[in-house]
Amino acid sequence: MSKTTDSQAPDLDFNSPALIRHRKVRRFKDKAATAGIALGGSSVILAVLLICFYLLYEVLPLFAGAEIEQKAAYSLPLEESGASHYLTLEEQNEVAMRVAQNGSIIFFDSQNGELIKHVESTVSADMTAFAMEDDTSRIMALAYENGELVIAQHNYKISYPDNKRKITPVVEYPFGKQAIKVADFPIKQVAIRNGEAALSLVVMGESQSRIVKLEKEVNFITEEVEITQSEASLPFVDDAKALLISGDQRYLYIATKTGAMTELDLRNLNDIKIKAQHQLTKEGAELSSMSYLLGQSSIMVADDTGRVSQWFNVRDEQNVENITFIRDVSQPVGIIDVAMEQRRKGFATLDNRGVVVIYNATSSRQVINEKLSDDNASNIAFSPRANGLILEDDKGIRFFDIDNEHPEVSWGSIWSEIWYEGYQEPTYTWQSSAANNDFEPKYSLMPLAFGTLKAAFYAMVMAVPLAICGAIYTAYFMAPALRRKVKPVIELMEALPTVILGFLAGLFFAPFLEENLAAAFSILLVLPLGILLFAFVWSRLPNQIRWLLPDGWQPLILIPVVIFLGWACVAMSPVIELNFFAGDMRGWITNDLGITFDQRNALVVGFAMGFAVIPTIFSITEDAIFSVPKALTQGSLALGATYWQTMVRVVLPTASPGIFSAIMIGMGRAVGETMIVLMATGNTPIMDFNIFEGMRTLAANLAVEVPESEVDSSHYRILFLAAFVLFLFTFVVNTIAETVRQHLRKKYGSL
Amino acid sequence: MTSIKEKKMQKASVSNWFKSGDPWVWLNAGAVAISVIMVIGLLLLIAVRGLGHFWPADIVEAKYEIPGSPAYNLVAERVESVEVPAVQVREAGINIGDDKELVSRTLMKTGNRDFYGSDFRWVLDDFLTEVEKPEMLFAAERHEWGNLYGYLKAVKEDGTVIAETQDKQVTDSALATWESFQQSIERALVIHDDIYQIEKHDIGAINHGLERLRLKQRSLELNDELTPAILADLDADRAVFDQEYKVLQDRLITLYGEINRDTFVVEAMDGTISELQVAKVVRAFRPNAMNVFEKMGFYGAKLWEFLSDDPREANTEGGVFPAIFGTIMMVLLMTILVTPFGVVAAVYLREYASQGWLTRIIRIAVNNLAGVPSIVYGVFGLGFFIYFMGSSIDQAFFPEALPSPTFGTGGLMWASITLALLTVPVVIVATEEGLSRIPRNVREGSLALGATKAETLWRVVLPMASPAIMTGVILAVARAAGEVAPLMLVGVVKLAPSLPLDGNYPFIHLDQKFMHLGFHIYDVGFQSPNVEAARPLVYATALLLVIVIALLNLAAVTIRNHLREKYKSLEM
Repeated sequence: MSKTTDSQAPDLDFNSPALIRHRKVRRFKDKAATAGIALGGSSVILAVLLICFYLLYEVLPLFAGAEIEQKAAYSLPLEESGASHYLTLEEQNEVAMRVAQNGSIIFFDSQNGELIKHVESTVSADMTAFAMEDDTSRIMALAYENGELVIAQHNYKISYPDNKRKITPVVEYPFGKQAIKVADFPIKQVAIRNGEAALSLVVMGESQSRIVKLEKEVNFITEEVEITQSEASLPFVDDAKALLISGDQRYLYIATKTGAMTELDLRNLNDIKIKAQHQLTKEGAELSSMSYLLGQSSIMVADDTGRVSQWFNVRDEQNVENITFIRDVSQPVGIIDVAMEQRRKGFATLDNRGVVVIYNATSSRQVINEKLSDDNASNIAFSPRANGLILEDDKGIRFFDIDNEHPEVSWGSIWSEIWYEGYQEPTYTWQSSAANNDFEPKYSLMPLAFGTLKAAFYAMVMAVPLAICGAIYTAYFMAPALRRKVKPVIELMEALPTVILGFLAGLFFAPFLEENLAAAFSILLVLPLGILLFAFVWSRLPNQIRWLLPDGWQPLILIPVVIFLGWACVAMSPVIELNFFAGDMRGWITNDLGITFDQRNALVVGFAMGFAVIPTIFSITEDAIFSVPKALTQGSLALGATYWQTMVRVVLPTASPGIFSAIMIGMGRAVGETMIVLMATGNTPIMDFNIFEGMRTLAANLAVEVPESEVDSSHYRILFLAAFVLFLFTFVVNTIAETVRQHLRKKYGSL
Repeated sequence: MTSIKEKKMQKASVSNWFKSGDPWVWLNAGAVAISVIMVIGLLLLIAVRGLGHFWPADIVEAKYEIPGSPAYNLVAERVESVEVPAVQVREAGINIGDDKELVSRTLMKTGNRDFYGSDFRWVLDDFLTEVEKPEMLFAAERHEWGNLYGYLKAVKEDGTVIAETQDKQVTDSALATWESFQQSIERALVIHDDIYQIEKHDIGAINHGLERLRLKQRSLELNDELTPAILADLDADRAVFDQEYKVLQDRLITLYGEINRDTFVVEAMDGTISELQVAKVVRAFRPNAMNVFEKMGFYGAKLWEFLSDDPREANTEGGVFPAIFGTIMMVLLMTILVTPFGVVAAVYLREYASQGWLTRIIRIAVNNLAGVPSIVYGVFGLGFFIYFMGSSIDQAFFPEALPSPTFGTGGLMWASITLALLTVPVVIVATEEGLSRIPRNVREGSLALGATKAETLWRVVLPMASPAIMTGVILAVARAAGEVAPLMLVGVVKLAPSLPLDGNYPFIHLDQKFMHLGFHIYDVGFQSPNVEAARPLVYATALLLVIVIALLNLAAVTIRNHLREKYKSLEM
């Protein structure tokens, strides 16, 4: 034996060079495949999971704080002119400007304090009061002891000599360089407001106050501007600390040291009345400043207790505007100065300690709180882009860089009620953009989340009963031959693009429903009753007829019945409307019930989206019921239970986790559905559960707004947050459903 | 006595009937019936409305007189009729008498938008009198302003009348005029095709060439490599293009002169006579004079136009070919991306990764990603692919085109990648399922015979899993073809200037925006200025999309069955 094997062995040489080489190649190939697959596989999985992290990465900067950093410090340029009444920066943060005590306008380099330009006061008297029209209009009023007043505007001209940007500051006098005589008393206080047609000036002396209105009229032929001046004296308010003319020049607000504010109606200069009086500060507090937030709608009031309060006009039921307290923020010590951002509703406070705090008014979010000066800081100002801040103290000027991208967003402003300017009360509002610059963005995701849940709710109301009842019958009662045909038909719905459902819902079903509203509701009642009636009549029929239909084929005979009932409801719809709703159910709903009715409403969405969700719920439920072990049902039947009893008492409880997960997955699908809601609703972000009104969902909002939002803006990031919320919601819901299903599968396995 | 007894029996049996649970079974059966009716009804609705659009409808002429307003002559196609309660009509201030409760209202397509401002009007059937279908009434589809309805009066060539008729009945002169009108249209169409060819293809190629020259020059400029010699070369090339362009331009001018030669005179329903250019007409026909076979021929031509032509008039008329093409291109690219990656990931998860808790979590996560709303993928695609990766690519490879973005804006490639990402979980899940069904001993048998793991995978496991892979891929394709929401963010447009595949280098333009059937439905149905006129076309497009997706699903089933048959012997 051994001999034969010995003799055969040499024929098979496993270690010939060729074979060794072949084995090497194979081993190499195997290793390469392993490495390749591991690399490829894990990178695909990583790429897929990246979505979650990328969304987070885009969202997180929203909630990151802001930063402020000192860039320069230097002594006060032209110190001999006195401290500043007013400080500001131009657009590029290169040139700073200050208005000194003696009325000089001084431009200097913001980075090193180098003097650029000095414009001396044109009036020989002492400057006694100063007012800024608005940071963005750059118009200011300089008032003098002799009752004269100069209106000036600081401007910046940009040129590019040698391809380098050069900013040249200039002072212009839109109403003439010549001082205007506005009062015959020394001016102590001044306020200015410019508008398209007129400019109002209010001056206040020791014991009297006047208003001067300069009306501009452009001569059509010569195109010259003619100015007519009208004047009136005002009721005098003692101890006034701050004056403010409203943006439309209709009202004047005079606040005293104690915080009492008088609101004067300036509409008719011949008859100036006191409109109202308000107490702006808390008792014992002394007012330190009163000024407008961007947009000239909100008045910000600061006092020496460190409280800054926001007030604006709110219309009451009689449509009368009242200055109303909205919200406040506070610091532990008195406020010296408040600076307003020029492009956002943000402001900064400077207090006794030299601490600067930057807030956003809408979200009342405090983004920066830092001590910036130890030397009696007296003045702060934002740069127009709010990326720089300039501060004046005893040592001179300090310039800071600010990195503050998303102050208007806070957890509160996204999820809770906010009182926006011009609103009657705090609301949940989503309004991301508007045409004007001083618009207050309203980023409450609540109406969108609400709309999402509303749409999903109505969809589930429509889908769950149909899908589950259908699944129960298909899995348990239906004849196998029929089941093989019905299942694919219903599952075909799943492949139907939702854009088609949305289009049909919006262009076919919505108008159809509007015209046959009565049918929609009668069908709810008629269909179940009609089916029951038919079933009862069927059970009374002679056996010969009944036996024509084998068990498990009932749907087949019900199809004509359902079609007939549906047709009958639609056909009867005008008759019902005529007899019960005076011929117009829609009119009846809006007029008699007082319910708003949109053509594209929640009912339409519920129907269309229900349609999209039915196959999902149906197939999972059907699966769960069908895989209930036969032994259980047979045992129950053997004990004498009817089929229905077995269904209700044995099958459904066993399959209930599966049904639960089917509903959850269906819900996840309804929440994320975009096209149907986009096309079948009016997409108005309202918070109303009314079935006859539309909604705007998170998903539809993304589809509408993401392409138009500016990259990395707050709006863009909030939209990413909305996407993240959707992602998280569906992910959690699906995980729960999946876990339940796995658990169920295990349970069946043991049975 | 007996009647009471019977009643009792009846009562008892009703409650017995309820006790037996039968009513509930019937109700459940009803739910099935309703669901089936809804699906089939929906498909029928789309099919009927979509296919009906191409059928040449008769044009009616009638007198329409509402009490209280002057009568006028109406020439229109019937669109649809509804019954409305008479109250609503009375409220609108129309006196219809008191005896009626319901009136029927018909939507009429009057066309002639350039004369009347709108294409459609609602009329009350009761006030239509003298309804006729004159054979000489004709409809003309036009390049702009929608359909034209009326009587042909004359055809002119360079302002001189070559055929003329005063008859509204079928007479020799009317037919002769009609004949010369048709010839004139045919001639104009031929010239129109020439113009189209020149404008779209020849001049398009020149523009493309010029743009490439500009980019080349800019890129050399950026790299400081632009020497006078190169510049001269570029200018020479440019001069060649300019020369070609000039030739084409001259030719175009002659063609435009020729195409505008003929005019025709038409009498509209209110008797106004207008002279219009033949060049504006796409086709003219007299539906009332057509027999069924002619109508079928016409139907076929219209259907073919729908499938093969470019859209006209802000997408509300004409065909959807660019949308079909865009959809197919996008889906193909997506399939090429998703198949290998999905399969590799699934193989890694099932065959190579150690089966611990991490793998289980990843598996659940991947599974759930299939349920994440598609719009979220769109947002991700826009933020990550387009704004982040796209602008990096632009800066690295296409600096010469900046500031206009190349890949930093939505396009075919990003759309395909986004959809691949969206559908990769589907492929992974399906493939994994297929892999898990392969019995262990098959693998072990292969390994025992000395095959390496890679060989086992390639020769044994993957072939056996191929039906599952195929199913996954086709389900992914079906999902991708119907998905619209993410595409709206990553590169779909309502009207793309050219196809993403053409004769200009580099032939396939991955950075180009494209049209898509699903988005076409949304856009035409909801964003177009004349929704009523566009509606039939939207139905047709929807039908097309349903057919495409149904075919894909059917293909999935067929391929799966075929492969299953092939590997049946391998299965347990």
